[in-house]
Amino acid sequence: MELWENGDPIRDEAAPDGPIETRWERRRFSAKLVNPANRRKLSVIVVGTGLAGGSAAATLAEAGYRVRSYCYQDSPRRAHSIAAQGGINAAKNYRNDGDSVYRLFYDTVKGGDFRARESNVYRLAEVSVNIIDQCVAQGVPFAREYGGLLDNRSFGGTQVSRTFYARGQTGQQLLLGAYQAMERQIAAGNIEMHARHEMLELIVVDGRARGIVVRDLVTGEITTDLADAVVLASGGYGNVFFLSTNAKGCNVTATWRAHRKGALFANPCYTQIHPTCIPESGTHQSKLTLMSESLRNDGRVWVPLSASDKRPPGDIPEDERDYYLERIYPSFGNLVPRDIASRAAKNVCDEGRGVGPGGLGVYLDFADAIERLGVKAVEAKYGNLFEMYQRITGEDPYQVPMRIYPAVHYTMGGLWVDYDLQSTIPGLFVIGEANFSDHGANRLGASALMQGLADGYFVLPNTINNYLAGGPFGDISDRPEVASALSSVESRVQKLLDVDGDRTVDSFHRELGHIMWEYCGMERTEEGLTKAIGLIRGLRDEFWTRVKVPGTGEQLNQNLEKAGRVADFFELAELMCIDALHRAESAGGHFRAESQTPDGEALRHDDEFSYVAAWAFSAEGRPTLHKEDLDFEYVHPSTRSYK
Amino acid sequence: MDIQVRVWRQDGPSDKGRMVSYDVKDISPDASFLEMLDVLNEKLILDGDDPVAFDHDCREGICGMCGMMINGVAHGPERATTTCQLHMRHFSDGDVIDVEPWRAAAFPVIKDLVVDRGAFDSIIQAGGYISAPTGTAPDAHATPVPKADADAAFEAATCIGCGACVAACPNGSSMLFTAAKVSHLGLLPQGQPERDSRVLDMIAAQDEAGFGGCTNAGECTTVCPKGIPLTLIGRLNADYRNALRKG
Amino acid sequence: MTKAPVRKPVPATRSTVSLKLLMAVTGLLLVAFLFAHMTGNLKLFVGPENFDHYAHWLRTLGTPLLPETWYLWIQRAGLTVALIGHIAAATILARRARKARPVRYAHRPKVQGSYAARTMRWGGVIVLLFVIYHILDLTTGTVNPAGGDSEPSARVIADFAPGRWYVTLFYTLAIVAVGLHLRHGIFSAVRTLGQRSPRGERRARQAALVLSLVLVIGYLSVPFAVLTGLVG
Repeated sequence: MELWENGDPIRDEAAPDGPIETRWERRRFSAKLVNPANRRKLSVIVVGTGLAGGSAAATLAEAGYRVRSYCYQDSPRRAHSIAAQGGINAAKNYRNDGDSVYRLFYDTVKGGDFRARESNVYRLAEVSVNIIDQCVAQGVPFAREYGGLLDNRSFGGTQVSRTFYARGQTGQQLLLGAYQAMERQIAAGNIEMHARHEMLELIVVDGRARGIVVRDLVTGEITTDLADAVVLASGGYGNVFFLSTNAKGCNVTATWRAHRKGALFANPCYTQIHPTCIPESGTHQSKLTLMSESLRNDGRVWVPLSASDKRPPGDIPEDERDYYLERIYPSFGNLVPRDIASRAAKNVCDEGRGVGPGGLGVYLDFADAIERLGVKAVEAKYGNLFEMYQRITGEDPYQVPMRIYPAVHYTMGGLWVDYDLQSTIPGLFVIGEANFSDHGANRLGASALMQGLADGYFVLPNTINNYLAGGPFGDISDRPEVASALSSVESRVQKLLDVDGDRTVDSFHRELGHIMWEYCGMERTEEGLTKAIGLIRGLRDEFWTRVKVPGTGEQLNQNLEKAGRVADFFELAELMCIDALHRAESAGGHFRAESQTPDGEALRHDDEFSYVAAWAFSAEGRPTLHKEDLDFEYVHPSTRSYK
Repeated sequence: MDIQVRVWRQDGPSDKGRMVSYDVKDISPDASFLEMLDVLNEKLILDGDDPVAFDHDCREGICGMCGMMINGVAHGPERATTTCQLHMRHFSDGDVIDVEPWRAAAFPVIKDLVVDRGAFDSIIQAGGYISAPTGTAPDAHATPVPKADADAAFEAATCIGCGACVAACPNGSSMLFTAAKVSHLGLLPQGQPERDSRVLDMIAAQDEAGFGGCTNAGECTTVCPKGIPLTLIGRLNADYRNALRKG
Repeated sequence: MTKAPVRKPVPATRSTVSLKLLMAVTGLLLVAFLFAHMTGNLKLFVGPENFDHYAHWLRTLGTPLLPETWYLWIQRAGLTVALIGHIAAATILARRARKARPVRYAHRPKVQGSYAARTMRWGGVIVLLFVIYHILDLTTGTVNPAGGDSEPSARVIADFAPGRWYVTLFYTLAIVAVGLHLRHGIFSAVRTLGQRSPRGERRARQAALVLSLVLVIGYLSVPFAVLTGLVG
């Protein structure tokens, strides 16, 4: 039986055509406005309080809408945007080094391996400059130079310095800015904040998204909240892999529930894998920690030549080491892009040459750098990273080489949205990592923060007016759809509790993660993906007969929360594998083994796959594929080469 | 390694609560403290017991969600380290480890080790922001900020709002938290217009939320995972005095 | 500024920080008095007559502008007000602190800061009890073996006679308590008044230590000199 069906192509109807430089301006002009006096009559629900959700909630409240905001954490300040380290791109050209909106647009389209929409990316580059102004005005303490002006650095191999940063805590500082703007609106009574609440269902009435069903995580109470529009800013789904750099609570439930209610899910198989994470140390491992990629500037990556060589690294002589990145990619060496470094590490580990517990790691060696630059200089550059590494592993990187391994870090896929960031369900808007829109098949460093804030501060608050101008949409509290959404959540929660089996939620999640990492990770094959779909289905059936969720639904029950999320991850995992299976090309960070050049490099098929794959849910497990063709009028597809 | 943990168990806000001992066997020294609790919970679930509830999220020391008293010290024995970044190698085989929730009237216990830190949000609501509605900002380079001020503001802004300072304070005071935000914003030119009202309102909110007063005991800064210095409390005091003087 | 306070604000004059400011100002006033008092005490080393002359001079201070002993009473009134303010603020803050931390930890935390800081409240109570005894002993002479009508120097010498070693011991413990109280108190007052640089903090801590030591040594030198027969 076919795993999916082919449906009609879709088009982004909201995107203006004409010169790309004026599209955003023209869209803002053509979008309907809402009279300030009428805004108080319109309510908007925002799910998630990260960079996208926090900035959107604050901005919509400032505009005068009645906003109700939800997050599963105990405070909006804790959303996982807070963990972003590197920085945020903006085409300010403060360095006068030839940067421009057009160049940022160009780099982002190319970096996304020509799988993103030009219009969206251009707009992203355009508003990037406003983001920095906004954040500075809020008091975000970006790094500055001695003259008092903002410092910039080059990030992720770009040739211009356009990355703004706040030490290694840029995400934290940007999020606190958005959080503080939110708290100001909460104090003013314009935002009603509901922390420790989780969205478990979307309410759709008369074809419009009109509300959500939430569970109060403290009391267990399940209630509905109705509004004129719903904004999902619930982040990415990297935790489908169990081990990732995501926070433990990150989940797909909000977007998956919307998908089940009719929103198309685009490019689910696009995940980003980061090469320099601290490897697993054992079966207890609960998450992976990222270390800045800058380490590869001075560290040399190697593994033993022989798989049987189990000596400590210091005892392995130089000629029995394989500096494989330098060997395979002599011109870029250890500085090859993320996807290539990640896949090469996996390859040597698959050959049995990996190091450390479980053989899942490669050495990142600073011995040469220390000899060349001295301990002092290395410490000045990487001291804090070495400290972090030592804290986690207990090993001193000045003495023994670091061990690193790739880990899932970001998901480019998400709910399909048009130029207005509206999903295929009218009134349902999706912003930040939760949507699919701007990064294509691969995200550039320092672009995630940019996109989250662009969506929340500048794009959505303009485009949502066009929708809300048609409102208020009337009282629907008596409609049967509302009651049935509520009861569906109640029965689902009860169903999870009723299984009362003999396996923990985490054990299922871990096993699902293994399947995904093995078959839908960095390298994919048709055979592996087909096998994975079978394994996932089997495991999902087992989950619903053997999972054990202790406690009741009427209390703080962290295992019940996890169980609901894992149940949705099972369904997402299957769609990810189907999407990966149908995309028989290597694009971005995704290497499809059947699609490679004679010398083993990724091979894209622009003739066949230059489209966004938007999937419609099917209860029978046979999703329908709707293709949105991508046109490249300005940046013409080319091939990347790093040899 | 094998250890014993004595954990505070409390079913809900109205339950009295008690310490309960559990043996945890075969823990890897490379496991984090929270991973040790994960292992304990897996066993409790399979044994039909209620797993220990504890807050956590990013598990990389930045979200501020985790936090518990470990042998009487907020976030445990390692300095400048959150609970999620504390590893079992800092304990020895056979250790008995006491684990308790943050204790403060302003942080009521929800369940086991989970407390409600909403009072921190109410302090920020009172004035822990700069009023800069979206779209009103001048160019980012319009006002240069001396590097020393920007760096000092950043240091203060690294507070993760975990609440360890309150938990460790003999007075249950949130002064270090409030001082960090007052300093972060007060050190920047953008923060000047609201500097006086900010400090007055945030202290009023802090008192209203039921936090105690500062006696400069210094317990807060020693347990702070981000090393927020005690001197910031002096800065808050100076700002407060100035604001009072201006009426 | 458009901002609706979500809670009824506590008046700024009764905030914890304002109360701390009151404690800092009154505390420093009392410290200044302690130094003046100590300087007077040390006159005993010049000779009992010198000491008594100084005591009499205090009564005539301010004359003829003020009638005799008026200055002394003004000072006493001022000190009493300061002391009451200090204690009242401390009591309110201590009660708030107790309410803020109603539940103790099962595993009592070990003190990470300083013991001086953690003993301020009990130390303060001990110091207060001592001050009351001290006034009855050496100001009014009520509990002094030499009686209230004797010369001040005679009261001191009778008080710390070798046979009454336990009085000296009690004074010693009390003065050490004062020293501990001030060691943290002076630093804390300076911090409350707005000290905020790391270098200033080191200096404030050092100054608090030195001043407390000077006071302890200065105050203890007299009883020990009497005890060992150096004076008297």
